[in-house]
Amino acid sequence: MTDFLLAAAGFILLTVAIGLARILRGPENVDRTMAAQLLGTGGIATLLLAAAATGVRGAEDVALGLALLAAFASVAFVTSVTPPSGDDPS
Amino acid sequence: MSVADIFTVVAVGAGCFFFLAGTAGLLRFPDSLTRLHALTKADNLGLGLIVLGLLPQATGLLGALKLLAVWVLVQLSSATVAQVIAQALRRRGPSS
Amino acid sequence: MTVLEALDIGLAALVLAVAIWTIAARELFAAVVGYVAYGLLLSLVWVRLFAVDVALTEAAIGSGVTGVLLITAAMRLRHTDPQPVAEQPGPVMRFAAAVLCIVIAAALAAGVLTMADPGPTLAPDAARHLAETGLGNPVTAVLMTWRAFDTMLEKVVLILAVIGVWSLADDRAWGGVAGPRPLPHQQGPLAFFAQLLPPVGIVVAIHIVWVGANEPGGAFQGGALLAAMAMIVMMSRLAGAPPVDRRWLRIALVAGPAMFLVIGVMGFFVAAGFLAYPDGIAKPLILFIEAFMVLSIAVTLPLLVIGPPDRLPSGKP
Repeated sequence: MTDFLLAAAGFILLTVAIGLARILRGPENVDRTMAAQLLGTGGIATLLLAAAATGVRGAEDVALGLALLAAFASVAFVTSVTPPSGDDPS
Repeated sequence: MSVADIFTVVAVGAGCFFFLAGTAGLLRFPDSLTRLHALTKADNLGLGLIVLGLLPQATGLLGALKLLAVWVLVQLSSATVAQVIAQALRRRGPSS
Repeated sequence: MTVLEALDIGLAALVLAVAIWTIAARELFAAVVGYVAYGLLLSLVWVRLFAVDVALTEAAIGSGVTGVLLITAAMRLRHTDPQPVAEQPGPVMRFAAAVLCIVIAAALAAGVLTMADPGPTLAPDAARHLAETGLGNPVTAVLMTWRAFDTMLEKVVLILAVIGVWSLADDRAWGGVAGPRPLPHQQGPLAFFAQLLPPVGIVVAIHIVWVGANEPGGAFQGGALLAAMAMIVMMSRLAGAPPVDRRWLRIALVAGPAMFLVIGVMGFFVAAGFLAYPDGIAKPLILFIEAFMVLSIAVTLPLLVIGPPDRLPSGKP
C-alpha cells in the first residue's frame, strides 16, 4: 500500500512537472499562471499521498496551508492585469 | 488486501488519470479558454478522487476532516481562479 | 532503489531543473512564475526532510506573500521601457560576474563537501532540555527559549523593513494610504471568495499557532497565513489598507517585539536573566508572547507587500 501511494505521488508530480512546460512555452502570461495553478494542486496531491505513505506528523497542516493559498498567485496576476471594476456585469 | 485498500487503489488511480488528463489538456489544447477548462478538471476531480481514496487511510476523524477541508478549499480556489481568469480573458477580447 | 528513493531523487531533480530554468528565463513574468513553482516544490522537499515547520513557513510565505509581491511587481514592470543598450553590461562585466558566481559556488560546494560527519550539533542538548520548557515542539523551544534573542531581533528587523518601505513615500502622501483602492459594491466570484476565505483562514492560522507548542507550526507560520487573508481582502478591493499614521496600526506593528522585551526584562527579576523564563510557567509565557508576535507579523507582512503610502486617506492623490 505504501509503495502504491508513493508511486501515485511520483506519477502526479511527474505529470504536473511536464505541465510546467507551459511556463516555458507560454505563449501568454495567463497560460503560465495556469501551469503554476496546476502545479499547486498537483503539489497538494503529492503531499497528501506522500504524507499518508510515510506518516510525517503535521504534513496535512502544510497541505491545508497550501490549499488555503492555492488561488493567491492567480488572483494576484488577474487583479494586476485587469483591476476589478465596480461595474462588472457578472 | 482489505476492501478499504482496494477502494484506495481505485480512487487514487482514477485521480492520477485526471491529473494526467489535466496536464495533457493544458499542453495540447489550442487556446487559453480551453486550457482553463482542462485545468479545472485536474483541480476538482483529480484532487477530489485522491482525497476520497485517502479517507480510509486517514488517522482518526480529525485527519479525515483535514483531508476534506483541503479538498473543499482547493475547490473554492479553483472555481474562483477559473472564473476570474475567464473574465480577464473575455474582457481582453478574443483577438489578442 | 525503493519507490521512496525514486520519488526523492525525482523531486530533487525537478527542484534543480525549475531553479536553473528560473535563472535562465528571458521573460520576467515567466521567471517569477518559475520562482513561485520553485517555492511550492521546496515546501514538498522540506516535508520529505521532516522539517515540517520550515515547510509551513515556505508554503505560507512563498504562496501567500512573496508570490503575490513578485507577480504584482512583474506586472507593474511590464509597462516600463526596456533597458537601453548603453546600460546593458558589456562582455568584461559579464565575464567578471560569471567568475564571481563560480568562485562563490565553488566555495559553498567546498564548505558542504568538507563538512564534518556527523556535523557539530546542539540538537541532543536541545532535546534533553525540551521537557523543562513544557513545550513538545523542539523548533518552537529553540526559537522561543535558547534563541529567543535572535527571534526577537528578527521581528525588529521586520519593523525596520516597514520603516524602510514607508520612507519611500512621497512627502505629500505621508500618513496616507497604500495598496489597491477599495471599490464600493464589489461583487462577483472574487468578492465572494475574499469574503468566504478569511474566516476559514483565521481558524487555520490560530490552529497552526496553537499546535505550534507541541506539533509543527508556530507564530510566524500562523501570522503569515493571517497576513495572506488580509491581502486577499485588499486584492479583491473589498477593503483598503488603513492609513499608515493610525495609532492602532503602529501599536500592532510593535506589539510582538515590545511584549517580548517586557517579558525578557522581567527575566532579570523573576528568573535567571534577560529573556529567561521562570520555572514552571515557561510555556504559558511563550504562548502569551507568541500571541502578540502573530499580531505583529500579520500586520507587518501586508504592509511590506502593498508598499509605501501613495495617496491621502480621502482618496486624493
